[in-house]
Amino acid sequence: MSAITTASTTTASVRPARRPSPLRRLALTEAKLFVREWIGPVWGMGLPLILLVVFGSIGALHQPMASLGGRPLMYLYVPVVIFMGAALICLIASTGTLAAYRERGVLRRFGTTPAGATRLLAAQLIVNLTMVLIMAAVIVVIARLKYSVPLPTQFGGFILTLLLAVMALMGVGLCIASVAKTSRIAQGLGALCFYPMMFFSGLWLPIPQMSPVLQHISHGTPLGAAVTAMADTLGGRFPPLLYLGILAGWAVASGLLARRLFRWE
Amino acid sequence: MSVIEVEHLSKAYGSTVAVDDLSFSVQEGEIFGILGPNGAGKTTTVECMQGLRAQDSGSVRILGLDPHADRDELTQVLGVQLQESALPDKLFVSEALDLYSSFYRDPVDWRPLVKTLGLDGKVSTMFKKLSGGQKQRLSIALALVGNPKVAVLDELTTGLDPEARRDTWDLISGIRDRGVTIVLVTHFMEEAEHLCDRVALVDSGRIVALDTPAALAEGIHAGMTVRFLAPATFDPALLSALPDVTSVARRGGTVTVTGNGNVLAAVTAVLARHEIEPRQLRVEQATLEDAFLALTGRHGEPGNKEG
Repeated sequence: MSAITTASTTTASVRPARRPSPLRRLALTEAKLFVREWIGPVWGMGLPLILLVVFGSIGALHQPMASLGGRPLMYLYVPVVIFMGAALICLIASTGTLAAYRERGVLRRFGTTPAGATRLLAAQLIVNLTMVLIMAAVIVVIARLKYSVPLPTQFGGFILTLLLAVMALMGVGLCIASVAKTSRIAQGLGALCFYPMMFFSGLWLPIPQMSPVLQHISHGTPLGAAVTAMADTLGGRFPPLLYLGILAGWAVASGLLARRLFRWE
Repeated sequence: MSVIEVEHLSKAYGSTVAVDDLSFSVQEGEIFGILGPNGAGKTTTVECMQGLRAQDSGSVRILGLDPHADRDELTQVLGVQLQESALPDKLFVSEALDLYSSFYRDPVDWRPLVKTLGLDGKVSTMFKKLSGGQKQRLSIALALVGNPKVAVLDELTTGLDPEARRDTWDLISGIRDRGVTIVLVTHFMEEAEHLCDRVALVDSGRIVALDTPAALAEGIHAGMTVRFLAPATFDPALLSALPDVTSVARRGGTVTVTGNGNVLAAVTAVLARHEIEPRQLRVEQATLEDAFLALTGRHGEPGNKEG
């Protein structure tokens, strides 16, 4: 008993200030691991860049569209490639990692340390969010320089959309990681969610060109809402609250469901 | 002072009772062994101590702390080694040690620890490149890096070669000498005999015996066995008449005599009187393994043959 009291008083008084907090150290470690696994960097960060260049080279996407208020379709494809990268990171790379952590007992072992397994999940979220932000920043800068797509001057709206979308994707990803027994199954289920989500984001057929029914469905999906919301922030408009609300709804609902489903071992 | 108090601990999975009204306490600086066959409830018991599992009834207190209610405090002072070492594949050994060190208020310098465990050449190796024994040693290092007051080690030396096993035993003894209380889950008898001050033999979720390894071995009254090589002229009847002897058997040149604790003195006295020189005289005493088998009535436990 005396040992514990001594230990806690020591912390209060002379804890070295430069020692990083466990969460920070965990997030840094997870970031290194993210880079060492090729899925995240290659698919989540490299592929959006390649697709941006591909879409950018299609002349028709630069023509003003009446249905987009005179803006060209590139305004939509910039968010589409950003959220495709985000989905690959959150739905496939991260779910694979988390399922592997559970499968191999990493979460269990963390559960016996002061850091706790919850901090490991938090570190994953921080790393995913950071990687998505970096990727999104690179994409919007290149889109501005090479394809004259305006920067997201409605910066708050841009970040808020990105944040809510990552939360929603992570929520769905955590649900997948909860039900998948192995990391392979998790990545498979992630891919299964990825394709319909990307369809409704307008990757193959831009949302304004969809039938009205499909458009409605699109706006109700996380990435359809996210793309529509973000397109508005390019050039300075705050996204309609409806779409932010849909994203927040997905984030909360999937987060709560993941909380119910998630198993530590 | 009791560092660990387990009282009336019970845990069932569905209709399977894993732990059934189990109670024991561990004193400060003690190495306490939990020994038993697979499925005896050893791991469930330590999982309740580590806060990984909630018991159905009963209580666990470690340094007065409840594994669930006082989780934050307890994890600071409790070092844990789980049966399977678990780290991300692409984490370097030094990163794992730095990471774990950052979790604790008062971590030890991991460099000497890693040296003692013979891992100093491996700090810049990825976890997935380590051999089974090296992973095991790393998990021991991670259990101790937080400078714990209590360490719960599950299958400490499984997968280690005999030399590494001896070194690990020495390390654990050394840590105990610094006042750390250690709970050792094992099904490896020699380890329990060598390291543990007291051993709880667990079977079907209950403690069937709890004592020092020597007392447990003695308690089964297996007595003592004396073996020696005798000349062909030797008459076994000389010995079977002795009050301390229960049986005498002869196979080839080898005579096997069993009896109570005085049998050795009685046999050598008779042999000396008849001027018979016993060659290769050996004395065998009941071991913890004999006690284990007698008390649990089980054979063929996979771990027994590891040593």
